[in-house]
Order: sequence, then C-alpha cells, then structure tokens
Amino acid sequence: MQTLVAYVENKPGVLNRVSSLARRLAINIDSLTVGPTENEEIARMTIVAHTDERGAHRLEASLEKLVDVLLAENISTRALLERDLALIKVSADQQNRPHLMELIKVFRARVVDVAPESLIIEVSGTVDKIDGLLEVLRPFGVLEMARTGRISMTRGGDLLQPPVSGSAGSELESTGSNVK
Amino acid sequence: MKLTGAEILCESLTRLGVREIFGYPGGAILPVYDALGKSKLHHVLVRHEQGATHMADGYARASGGIGVAMATSGPGATNMVTGIATAMMDSSPVVCITGQVSSKVLGSDAFQEVDITGITMPITKHNVVVAKAEDVAHTLREAFLIASSGRPGPVLVDITKDAQQASAEFNWEASAPKLPPKRRRNNHDQVEFDRAVEMLNTAKRPIILAGHGIMVSGAMRAFEQFVRAGNYPVAMTLLGIGCFPANDPLNLGMMGMHGEAWVNNAIQEADLLIAVGMRFDDRVTGDLRTYAKSARKIHIEIDRAEINKNVKVDAALVGDAREVLERLTPLIETRDHSLWIRHITELKGDSAVRDIQSLPDSGHLYAAHVINDLWKETRGEAIIVTDVGQHQMWEAQYYHHNRPRTLITSGGLGTMGFALPAAIGAKFAKRDSEVWVVVGDGGFQMTMSELATIVQEKINIKIAIINNGFLGMVRQWQEFFYDKRYVATPLVAPDFAALANAFGIRGERITKRAEVVPTIRSARESSETVLIDFRVEQEDSVYPMVAAGASLSDMIRRPNNPLVETATEP
Repeated sequence: MQTLVAYVENKPGVLNRVSSLARRLAINIDSLTVGPTENEEIARMTIVAHTDERGAHRLEASLEKLVDVLLAENISTRALLERDLALIKVSADQQNRPHLMELIKVFRARVVDVAPESLIIEVSGTVDKIDGLLEVLRPFGVLEMARTGRISMTRGGDLLQPPVSGSAGSELESTGSNVK
Repeated sequence: MKLTGAEILCESLTRLGVREIFGYPGGAILPVYDALGKSKLHHVLVRHEQGATHMADGYARASGGIGVAMATSGPGATNMVTGIATAMMDSSPVVCITGQVSSKVLGSDAFQEVDITGITMPITKHNVVVAKAEDVAHTLREAFLIASSGRPGPVLVDITKDAQQASAEFNWEASAPKLPPKRRRNNHDQVEFDRAVEMLNTAKRPIILAGHGIMVSGAMRAFEQFVRAGNYPVAMTLLGIGCFPANDPLNLGMMGMHGEAWVNNAIQEADLLIAVGMRFDDRVTGDLRTYAKSARKIHIEIDRAEINKNVKVDAALVGDAREVLERLTPLIETRDHSLWIRHITELKGDSAVRDIQSLPDSGHLYAAHVINDLWKETRGEAIIVTDVGQHQMWEAQYYHHNRPRTLITSGGLGTMGFALPAAIGAKFAKRDSEVWVVVGDGGFQMTMSELATIVQEKINIKIAIINNGFLGMVRQWQEFFYDKRYVATPLVAPDFAALANAFGIRGERITKRAEVVPTIRSARESSETVLIDFRVEQEDSVYPMVAAGASLSDMIRRPNNPLVETATEP
C-alpha cells in the first residue's frame, strides 16, 4: 500500500482526471480523499493505492504531468500522521448497552446519536484503530458504516506545501515552448 | 475591441503563427467557419476528420511547429479520436478545436452532442471546454503552450456554440496563458549525474539508443558532439531515424523487432546503453528479462514517468536532451572504442549476404527494391511519410535518412491510414520539399478519400503504393506463427492507377524492376501529384524479425535461399 499526497486545482473534472489516470495504470485505489486547503483555489488529495514502490513512482510522475495537478508526492516512506474517521451505527438494546459504552470508552470513540434500538458511534484515528473497534462491535450487529478514507500529513518540519504562483513559477511558463 | 468568440479564435490563431487549419465544418462550429472566411487563415477541407488530425500531425512533425485541426461536435469530434491518439503516442504537438452544442443544452443529449473532453481525456496531454467568449483567447494560448512544451502532445479545445457567438473584449496582452503554478523539480541530481559520467568513462562496449526526443528537443548538434566526444556507435529507434545522419559510420541503423541484426546483437553484447529521448518500447526491447543483460543503463529523458517504466536504469538524467547532453559532453574522457566498433562491423558482414539487394535479379519486384531505388533517386533527401506495416519497416531499413524530420511515421500507435493525410500536412509545412507517401494497399484504402483534398488544394506529392495484395505484416505473422492460415489478410483493391485518374491524378502501375527507376524519375519531373502502384512480391517478409515477446537475440533471419516467388506476371 502506498500513500500519495497531491495538490490540485479546485475545479470540476480534476478528480476524474486523477482517478482515470489510476485506472489507466491499472492501479487500484484503496482510498482517495479530497478537500479544500486554506487556499480556496487549491484542493488537497490523499491517495492510498494498492501498488508497489515502482507503481507509486509512475502514479506520482504521471499525476504531475496533468496540467491541473500542482504537485504529487509519494510520502509512504516518511514519518506520517494519518487519520480516518468512521460513523458506525450499531444495534444496542437495554441489555448490552453498558457493555458497548465500555468498549467505546476504551477506543476513545464517542456516541453521537442515541435511539431506542441503536447507537451511532464516531471514531477517528488510524485505520488499524478503526478496524479494531469495528472488530469488537461486529458481535453486537453493525447496521451501517460510513468512513471518510484516510488523510495523511508528514510530521514535524517535513512540509509539503502547494507551489505558489509567481515564486517557483510554472514549469511550463519557465521552460516556454520548445517548438522551433 | 469587442469581437465574437469565433472572431477571437481566428485572431488568436493568426497571432499564434498559424497559417493552415485542417478541418471539416458542421453546425456547432459554423460561427468559427464564418469568421475563418473573413480571416487570412487558410482552411484545408479534408474528406474525413481523421484526415484532419493526421494532417495537423504531419504538419507538426515536418515543421517542428504546431498543427491545428478543426471539426464540429459529435461525429466530427469522435472521428478525430484515432488521430489524437496517434499524436499522443508519438508526442506530436497538435491542437484540435471542436465545436460543441450551446452551454444551455450541454448534457441534454442535444443533436450532435458528445462528451469529447471525456472521451479524449486519456489520449490528450490536456483538454478543456470553453463556454465563454472571454475565455477563448487565453485558453487557446494555454493550449499552444501545453502542446509544445516539455514532452509535446495533443491538446483539445472544445468551444460551445454560444461561446463562439457571444461577444467579448479582445485584448491579446491581457490574455496571456494562466496555467496553474507547478512545483519545479530539481532535475539535476548530482549523484545520478556523477554516476552517469563514471559509467561513460569506464564502459568498454557502449552503445547509444537514439530516440525521437533528440529531434523534439532540437538536440541534433549537441547529440553529434556527444557522439563524437565518446566515439559511440548509435542505434536508432524508428522515430529516432533522421536525428543523426545515416551515412555517418557511427550510425548503425534501426534497433528492435525489425532492426538490423548487428544492431540488436550489439545491444545484447553492450556493457553500457545510453538511451536518449526514447522510452524502451516493447518493439525496441523484446523480452525484458533477456534485454541487454550485461549492460548498465543511462536514461536521458524529459518525462519522469518514463524512468524505470519498462527497463530499470542505473542512472536517470531527467531533463531536456540538449541540456543534459551539453552538460555531459565536456566530461567525456574515454573515446577509444575501436575494438568494439570493429566487432560490430564484423557482425554486419553476415547480414550483407542475406540482404535482398544481394539476391540475383529474377525479374520479380520486391518492395525493398522499390524503396532502395526511391532512396537512390531522391538521394535520400525527400520527406518520406510512411503508413504502418511491412512497407514501413522496409522504408526504415532501405531509405537512409540524413536529416531530421524527413521520416514521418506513426510509431507508437501504429495507425494504418496515417500516411496519405500526414503527407498532405507535411507538404503544407515544407512547401519546397519533395514529399513521398510510401503506403501499403491496405492502409491506403483506409484514407484514400484524401486524394480529393490533394486535388482541391492543388498540391504536389508523390504516392508509392507498395501493393502486395495482402495485409502484409499480419500475413507475415500468420505465416510465421499461425501455420500460414491467411485469415482475412488477402485483400482486393481497386485499380489504383484508374482510381487516381478518376480523381484527376496521374496514375501508373509497375510490375517489373526495370520500370521502377524510369517511373520514379518521370514522377519526380511532374509538377503535380503522381500515384504509382507498385505490384510487388506478394509473400515477401520483413527480416530480421524478433517475435513479439521473444528475446532480442532470438531473430528470425532471411533464409539464404531465394524466396518462393508468388507474384503473378501481368
């Protein structure tokens, strides 16, 4: 599994270009999240792909060839912080409710909706943590689940910021047309 | 100044240096055609939109500039798909402009509506829908910049009809390209560079693999200096032909599936491959597990996505070929490779006896004879545009190109039907050059309607049909790998000479070797287009051949005995 981060133009069709590229390279995407950055014109993607290092290099280099992709980087080998968030609706009756509440506490999850026959649990953390909670909830009866997919960030001073127009300059603009 | 989107388009094209547009009108692009009529742009009316894209492609490849093709929405746009994919695979800068239904009805399955940007997404370098007149100028400038920069490729601009009709303020200075800021990668990794220099200076049996990128980069001079500095033998890819003179003793010829045997053997024996502007296509490498096992590899390539894609390399120098070569050349110290070069020359000896040119003249006509005679008669100076198949490989083997951009052919996609329209485009790019189409009887029948375009435009190109009555390359595979079961490869053709006459073009039919040179001479003397139907040996094959997926060392060679001759006497 490889993790890539991409900064892209925040406009229609870009997600299609990115996912279409993975399809062309026959790379299966495990999770792809997109969200705005503090600059509304730029969106940030975290792509988790079923591929090896070589496949990730091709994906990264091919992504950067897309005009709408400002930067793509394979961050798999770097020190990462990663988060996934899940909403899990689990059946809960009077009898097992106390037991459930205990588990939720252990996993540092929280109950965000209470109904006579069910609860909705919100949990965030690493994929392993959520999978772990899911495992123990399963015997109670998981009715529904929604997950955000993974977002990742490199730790500490290892910054991955979008290029700014004007400063580094567009590769295209600085190279100019090479047609003679 | 207020102009309509259509007028802005024509004005922008003119300012971008466009002279010719290859296209076909229709409802959704009519406002542009109305504006075209009032502009100085010359519109070449094609007979099929695929032809328009191949012409724009041929124009781009012959000139080194950008070719422009135009079509209406729906079927006009979808007919361009093959031409766009052809340009994409061979990194050819083509800008395609398509009309689109009005933005109000977009997505409603309107008449002649098709999602052409969706369809062409994987086969364009970039594509974009323009739905406002004020976006026409800067989008077009961006399209030209994207198509021609870095590794070039096709860009499609889809303009809605209402954007063509609406008016907007036209200000050229204010409509400079506005592309997203890109991270600049540090392409000059000193560690890789130093390793490459060390490899260059310690190699005993180096060989250069020269590709299309040398031409695209305009690196011919830098490349020659690099070759001379290290005294390196040079093998060419199909699209690399012309980047280094064929008559130079260091030029070995073409590599790969139908490459010369000594070239493939030299690659297999080399201890260093220096790949420049090429991408280790499967037609070049054969089986990767056995490819150049004893060689270390340096890859000079502008596209980072090509590095380690097919062949794992020991030093990757990402960047423009000219810049990288200019940095490397002064650091080359080792240049005595005479033993190695002598060895390659010995390898060559065996091939000469097998060469079809050395076989006794039986009176029968072989394609190789025709192409060899064409090379001699034109002194290797014509622009040759080939189609795809056996004739394409024979051209690469027997026509020796000394100058860049004189062989135009569909390499990556292998698009039959490419030659005739691409030659028309090449002629517009190089009006004073002699342009020859070398095409098979199969491929010619795919796009022969463009003969009418030649007549309407009153241009002068020469057409050599290498007519063997078969889809020859497929027949050859059937002969070698399917026990001669010739399924769907024998094909009936019209009388091409009579067909040419019907278009108002002079047509000739040649069946004997003695007639070849006089007919080529007479065609060259004519100031008009001439078509020559060369009836060649039907079941000749291209040798050597590395079967698909086989090792490069494992070549099928031309039998020493003359072939069974099957051509019927007229």
